[in-house]
Amino acid sequence: MSNFFKETDVDTSQVEAIVTETLKNCDDGELYLENHKSESIVLDDNKIKSSTYNSDQGYGFRAVTGEVVAYSHSNDISKESLRKSSENLKDTLKSKKGTYNHEIPKTNSKYYENINPIESKTFDSKIDLLNNVNNYLRSKGSIVNQVTANFLGEHKSIEIIRSDNQVLKDDRPLVRFNVSVVLEKDGKKETGVYGVGGRQSYDDYLKDGSWKDVCDEAFRIANVNLESKPAPAGEMKVVLGPGWPAILIHEAIGHGLEGDFNRKKTSAFHNLMGQQVASEGVTIVDDGTLHQRRGSLTIDDEGTPTENTVLIENGILKNYMQDRLNARLMGTKSTGSGRRESYKHVVLPRMRNTMMLSGKYSQDEMISSVDKGIFAVSFGGGQVDITSGKFVFNCTEAYEINNGKIGSPIKGATLIGDGPSILKEVSLVGNDMKLDPGIGTCGKAGQGVPVGVAQPSILIKKMTVGGTKL
Amino acid sequence: MIRDQEFLKDIASYCIENSKKLGATDVGVKVIHSVSENVSFRNKKLDESNRADSFAVNLTTYIEKKKSSINSSDLSKSNLEKLIERCIDATKITPSDENNSLPDKDLMSKEIRDLNLYDETHYPNDKKIEFLKKVEETASTDEKIVNTEAGFTENKNNFILANSNGFLGGYKTSNFSSSCVAVSRINGAMERDYEFGSTRFLQDMMKPEEIGKIAADKAIKKLGPKKIKSEKIGVIFDKRISKGILSTLASAISASAIARGTSFLKDQINSEVFPNSINIIDDPKIEKGLGSQNFDSEGVETNSLKLVENGILKNYLIDTYYGKKLNLKSNGRSGGTTNLYFENGDLSFKDLLNLEKKFLYITETIGHGGNIITGDYSVGASGFMVEDGELTYPVSEITIAGNFKEMFKNITLANDLEMKYSTNAPTLLINQMTVAGK
Repeated sequence: MSNFFKETDVDTSQVEAIVTETLKNCDDGELYLENHKSESIVLDDNKIKSSTYNSDQGYGFRAVTGEVVAYSHSNDISKESLRKSSENLKDTLKSKKGTYNHEIPKTNSKYYENINPIESKTFDSKIDLLNNVNNYLRSKGSIVNQVTANFLGEHKSIEIIRSDNQVLKDDRPLVRFNVSVVLEKDGKKETGVYGVGGRQSYDDYLKDGSWKDVCDEAFRIANVNLESKPAPAGEMKVVLGPGWPAILIHEAIGHGLEGDFNRKKTSAFHNLMGQQVASEGVTIVDDGTLHQRRGSLTIDDEGTPTENTVLIENGILKNYMQDRLNARLMGTKSTGSGRRESYKHVVLPRMRNTMMLSGKYSQDEMISSVDKGIFAVSFGGGQVDITSGKFVFNCTEAYEINNGKIGSPIKGATLIGDGPSILKEVSLVGNDMKLDPGIGTCGKAGQGVPVGVAQPSILIKKMTVGGTKL
Repeated sequence: MIRDQEFLKDIASYCIENSKKLGATDVGVKVIHSVSENVSFRNKKLDESNRADSFAVNLTTYIEKKKSSINSSDLSKSNLEKLIERCIDATKITPSDENNSLPDKDLMSKEIRDLNLYDETHYPNDKKIEFLKKVEETASTDEKIVNTEAGFTENKNNFILANSNGFLGGYKTSNFSSSCVAVSRINGAMERDYEFGSTRFLQDMMKPEEIGKIAADKAIKKLGPKKIKSEKIGVIFDKRISKGILSTLASAISASAIARGTSFLKDQINSEVFPNSINIIDDPKIEKGLGSQNFDSEGVETNSLKLVENGILKNYLIDTYYGKKLNLKSNGRSGGTTNLYFENGDLSFKDLLNLEKKFLYITETIGHGGNIITGDYSVGASGFMVEDGELTYPVSEITIAGNFKEMFKNITLANDLEMKYSTNAPTLLINQMTVAGK
């Protein structure tokens, strides 16, 4: 029995009949139902700044034939509303005829428990913890100018009804805990931000005082930046630390390997399948099956079980990430990468947890091999132009390297590179692969979805650093 | 198709009454209905059609100085009843904050002026399809264009904002927007560019041929870019991105950033922040304006503000909460700026390009490299070299960097302001920025 129709004027069998009838001349499509509860509690400037609870429910009805997608969504789950959507879809596709593909793989795996993190920790204890964070950080001295901390928690239930009564379901918890601190010394102000999260309860990330580690890390980054000098400008060697800096992989090549851009031939990678796109020793995967990770999914938003997709193996381009539509049009299978932000959004092929696997070098070897360059440890966001392949990301913690030694911290600077060529510039791959702390959100076509990244330390022979010092 | 004011008012009143019954001392609520229809094309074929019908209710309840909020898309009274209860429960146990309150009654908007923000014309999907065909036909005439995408979106919106002090107001708005993205190719390398139009009224929309041609011309011009040497050079910002300077200013002078002490412009009120020729205005009452509004997101009356006059910072952007922290009255900027723009400069576009022998002309930036606390700025960029007043060759894979404090003081404006977005700036030059390339 579906929970979505309990307080409506339709029942499951009526809805299934509408879906089957609407999609009978289509290649693919489904009714996607979603119930989404989320909360945000923010401490800022010594006060609980806001506490917000969101409750959202609705459906997205999709019909696909050939390359054409017809979509209609509403938060009114009723006979009348579904009928209107159905008419709308049929009208868009009236001149087309397709054959419905009933095949969809099934799975018994589960990569997270069905818990509701909002309800599994009391409101009082969340407020207490935020106040503890504030007191703990401010006890570090008058250098602490501002503290912001917040809880973001959600529980999403989805149900996918395909033609001929195929029903697929998933329940997805997600939490994120963030701390940001501003320090002031000698008239100079700097920020440090750190966070943790994933598909478990808050306490799995914060128990036994581990929330203090989050505070300490944010404080450490801000403190380093207080001592930062202007960053250099120009081409130089770059060592990236392990973990979160893998957003370089996400921006530089991840987006370029999404199926839609390659089917449309607008990606700088569209004619490079089977070719060498990275240095030997570079292997990159996109894995949706890691337990409790932020980017993991038991099934994607079309109902396909996720998998560990090899994108680049030892430097050779092996696979794109596919949803059902792009897979069908490119004559391949979905990789379980079809995702949408919510019922209000169409499915697109997206990344899950994108990872560069470990090589054999130590970080020390990399740094000692650099005469002049930078060592980038932590990043803010990044962005890519899929077509030209140019991508950027912003350092939030970085150091100069002089004669093989780490020197002074440098101010946040943007690094810019070229996607299809950057991985050929990777000269050493480290042995220290690390996952990010569970904080990434990827934006594409106005849709944000949670993702993860991982990488070992890597040495890049040449990249442009966008500082101010010539 | 769009629900009327009476329907929305009924929901708003229900929320206020029930919250008060359960113990709220003050209540603020917004109820919104929007309908959106989008059609997109790719390579002269229909790619996607999308219809959205969305309701939303945003409710904030106060018990004295305690506050909590809920948002929901389900307007059924049984759902709202449960959520209001949850909101009140959370309010009771949220610590109080002396600055929490509804806006002062005497600041509330008294009358709603018709600013011509709603065009009831419905543009059926068949018409949108005809429009997009013309966009793409024009965009793909040159054989260097290998891919085109175009979209047309029609939005209709109605809302009611109400609070327990008796404020109740709302009105319909509409928006039509159309865009074209063109991909060009030469020797295996591709570039992408776009054109975009957005209007309140259908009749004001750009011609489809114009949208297609501009997108294609821009994408072709970018082909074969070079990476230049790192150097200090004057950087000219194209109109599409020069407005970003104003968005940065808006973040830096928001009452929240000022009150929290996290703005590079803290303590700069009544100081010279720009050259003395510069005036910056935020005017909410422009007819058909994309950022126009009768009142802000709290119901406070909004009027035109001179944010910067003769280079001097004159006003912050103030809402009720942070206004109280700063001991200042709200100036109707909860929710930010409205129609924000630089007054025109003195130089024509051509004269600006001829001020020096050599400039870098930027048409696109990527990345989020602006830091509001320190004012440090570093982003990826692409554009053209300007030599002797002419665009000579395309440039890419470079960064531009500086500090906003210095950048603001070194701005020269052209006189080619157009009101195309809600935030608008003419072409502008910033002297001496650091460009990192080879």
